[in-house]
Amino acid sequence: MGLFDRHAGLLEAYRDVRTTGYDPFQIRMERVLSPTEAIINGRKTLLVGTNNYFGLTFDPSCMEAAIEAIRAEGTGTTGSRIANGSYNEHVALEQEIAEFYGKKHCMVFTTGYQANLGIISTLAGEGDQLLIDADSHASIYDACKMTQAEVVRFKHNDPSSLEARLRRLGDRPGNRVVVLEGIYSMLGDTAPLREFVDVCKKYNAYVLIDEAHSLGALGETGRGLCESTGVIDDCHFIVGTFSKTLGAIGGYCVSDDPDFDILRVTVRSYMFTASLPPSIVASVRQALKVVKAKPELRKQLWDNVATLYDGLAAQGFKLGPEHGPVVGVHLPDRMVAIGFWRAMLDAGIYVNVAVPPATPNGVSLLRCSVCAVHTPEQLQHMVEVMTGIGRQLGVIDDRTRRVVGGAR
Amino acid sequence: MIVENDGIADTLELRRESTLARGDVMGEICHHLAPFQVGEKPISGDTVIAKDLTIDSLAIMDMVMELEDRFDVSIPMNVVAEIHTVDQLADTILKLHARR
Repeated sequence: MGLFDRHAGLLEAYRDVRTTGYDPFQIRMERVLSPTEAIINGRKTLLVGTNNYFGLTFDPSCMEAAIEAIRAEGTGTTGSRIANGSYNEHVALEQEIAEFYGKKHCMVFTTGYQANLGIISTLAGEGDQLLIDADSHASIYDACKMTQAEVVRFKHNDPSSLEARLRRLGDRPGNRVVVLEGIYSMLGDTAPLREFVDVCKKYNAYVLIDEAHSLGALGETGRGLCESTGVIDDCHFIVGTFSKTLGAIGGYCVSDDPDFDILRVTVRSYMFTASLPPSIVASVRQALKVVKAKPELRKQLWDNVATLYDGLAAQGFKLGPEHGPVVGVHLPDRMVAIGFWRAMLDAGIYVNVAVPPATPNGVSLLRCSVCAVHTPEQLQHMVEVMTGIGRQLGVIDDRTRRVVGGAR
Repeated sequence: MIVENDGIADTLELRRESTLARGDVMGEICHHLAPFQVGEKPISGDTVIAKDLTIDSLAIMDMVMELEDRFDVSIPMNVVAEIHTVDQLADTILKLHARR
């Protein structure tokens, strides 16, 4: 068997995808103009698939902070926090995030993926039990491959499914760690966190929640689902990322556990990778200040979500179960999804296409992520374009034609 | 540990009312796998789940979750990774069920 033979099935699926003429997995932004526009295939394109929820990638104050940091401290740290030392700013960033959540400790990672990978695989060790939502992000699944703990999946967003699995553990020794996400990245649905926390309390399990897509978007001060559901104190570990609302890259984990800092010398994805460069640390610190200072961005985001979600729903599109900064549009199969995606790109709108095996339950989706600085007109235009394509492809009813037919 | 036939099951009935018959477990597994059958070849104990059928790894894990709830056992992911055939899956469920 050749090295690549095991990927034969995937290669075939990938070939299918490319027969449409564009390769959605190798899309190139020739020039990024703003948080909401870029030049793609030579034309100005509306970006609705960036996870740039507050549009802070071009915030002047964040950009200035990054430029200043490069001038002051250079382009990179060229080493890891453990082997090569921390900069003052790394420590300051950790303190500011800890303070933001009202937690005692914070560790910053070079990516959000590494935060989940390292924290989850290290927290639960031999003899412990890790219980994860079936729709967990790849970083959580990869952590499960690395851990010595026993891993059990429960049904997506189903507290009773989690409870059954905790109950079955009975009085077996070992720590129970339950892993949840604030907003799930494909369909934009939120976890029933309060109910999950109640179950975890009943069975004395630790709660780890990944607020990657909910930071900024949810909660009165933008701390995520843990804040909007009033359970910050019951979440033992909160993980998040700098690469979405905060407009840069990096990850973090906060906790009140007095021994949390031991993870700095046990989590390998923290120890054996270079730390965040000064420019990123500086822009993230500034972005956090903007999130705190401008709650109106959160309102703008949700107003935009309503425009897109309600607009598409009114046209008969099948969407994710609730309003969220991620709007997932269900399509019948992989090829329709790719065709729809390509037609949108031709019409000057970029979204993400998500097909199996990257999606839950084998669904095919167009994944749209809304930005606070989209204009209502941009999103209304998008609804019109999608309605047209949806009718052409027979994904939604062509109402005009039906009315004409009925009159005959 | 593994209950092979109803005769033994009867003698154990008083000790544990929920003793599981192997046939029931096999039946339930085959029911879940039927949609992924290839051609006329029936699903048997020797069927290699990921190879002889059209089921993908994610669907296997989802099926395991259904079986877990049906028989009130939890099968850890690392254990699932070691299961190849229908027989092995049935044996694992029976073993975990007996251990409850």
